[in-house]
Amino acid sequence: MSTDTVLYDHPGPRAKARNLVLTIVFGIALVALLYWIYTRFDEKGQWAGALWKPFTESSTWTDYIVPGLINTLEAAAVGMVLSLIFGVVFAVGRLSDHWWVRLPAGAVVEFFRAVPLLLMMFFIFFGVPFITEEPMSIFWAVVIGLTLYNGSVLAEAFRAGVRSVPRGQSEAAYAVGMRKSQVMSHILIPQAARAMLPVIVSQLVVLVKDTALGYIISFSELLQMGVNNLSANFGNVLQAAIVVAAIYIAVNAALTAFAGWLSRRTRRKGRAPRAANGQVVMAGALDMGGGAGGTL
Amino acid sequence: MDVLSDPLNVDVYVTGFLWILKLTLASVVGALVLGVLLAAMRVSPVPVLRGFGTTWVNTFRNTPLTLIIFFCYFGLYSTLGFTASDDIDQNNYWLGVIGLSVYTAAFVCEAIRSGINTVPAGQAEAARAMGMSFRQTLTMIILPQAGRAVVAPLGSILIALCKNSTIVGTIGLAESSSAMKELINANGNAVIPIFFLFAGTFAAVLIPTGYLFGWLANRLAVKR
Repeated sequence: MSTDTVLYDHPGPRAKARNLVLTIVFGIALVALLYWIYTRFDEKGQWAGALWKPFTESSTWTDYIVPGLINTLEAAAVGMVLSLIFGVVFAVGRLSDHWWVRLPAGAVVEFFRAVPLLLMMFFIFFGVPFITEEPMSIFWAVVIGLTLYNGSVLAEAFRAGVRSVPRGQSEAAYAVGMRKSQVMSHILIPQAARAMLPVIVSQLVVLVKDTALGYIISFSELLQMGVNNLSANFGNVLQAAIVVAAIYIAVNAALTAFAGWLSRRTRRKGRAPRAANGQVVMAGALDMGGGAGGTL
Repeated sequence: MDVLSDPLNVDVYVTGFLWILKLTLASVVGALVLGVLLAAMRVSPVPVLRGFGTTWVNTFRNTPLTLIIFFCYFGLYSTLGFTASDDIDQNNYWLGVIGLSVYTAAFVCEAIRSGINTVPAGQAEAARAMGMSFRQTLTMIILPQAGRAVVAPLGSILIALCKNSTIVGTIGLAESSSAMKELINANGNAVIPIFFLFAGTFAAVLIPTGYLFGWLANRLAVKR
């Protein structure tokens, strides 16, 4: 259902008047709230130019924000690649015909989806060195944590995608003499990946946001460098946090826009798998299965 | 499991998970109320409300929760002077609840909006033909049907919220992941049992919850 005009009639004179009143009342409330925040900031001197000035100097960006952003993007990029591989491997594992592959793969995926990422990172960073008796690289602690969690969520997405491919596809592939591994790698995975593209990209947005957890184990990513280290020198926690939040929002909005463009593109060319009635299977409507997953 | 023979350690474990439980319960209420309101705003006839809803969702959905919790502490508490309680733990708890609710509400809003999209247009058209207002159409016709369609996504949001509540540890609440860190650092010889105790507790609660929501979603789905 398109929500644009179906939910309400075109406004008549009374509805127009009411909407205008609502607009004004809500607008005034919003402006009042913003003004209150503004004055409170003012009282605490948060608008002082000295606190904002560091952001006009290039050294702030080259010493703190850009290196932090690079570390964030590096961890996110490595994590993305590894979790896509992890996702495919475990999705195929869970779809295996052999119970001794299917059950362990399922257990691993369910376990890592249910454990909070922060708990995982704490274990990898603080716990694993006790076992291996070697210090853990903080970068890899973040990346491994990201991979295990997001890889497991992606595994479920791939599995749902593979199950959404019409049965005729694999039957036809078997009929032309393909082996199980060929059917999976040549026929099912490519179509599943296309169908699940929006889900995959939105999981990648989650992954970018989750790199911020690295801050808690003091990985020098954007939040650590841009907010903690910067404000330690200039005493402008809030200002730095606002700037860093804007950077995160910009990066993730770009990824989301990319996802939207990708899904429009695949839909227009009619490449996504189609259901029996000819409608494009929407990723969001697919059954992602039970368990403790979740994309946020 | 001789780590747990020490009653002090048991206490750390129990306190950690009690905080998680309390954070989750309070934030679920906050996120649901806010999320439904935001969803109603985003489909309403008033452009300012729609814009507000859209801005909220795009802002909070794209900001890391760690940063939002950070803002709650340094912005809401330190600068704006918001204090929920004199007890420092209680205060951090409420700041965490606000951060979690504000963040999760954006996801609840989007889930409900996609649920509204699953309701056939004829339902709203029929409601309008009977002379129902926007509020009546939404609350009596659309939302009850949309609600049944979003049980599964809301379930995953609830589970994610529970896992995310560990992040409130950033501002010094001794929730379960901070508790685990503390125990690991104090008992380096029992790292694996400690990890499996904490992770296992999450898995033991959250995996069945996930399947419960899957089952509920099937039962409640509107068969069309």
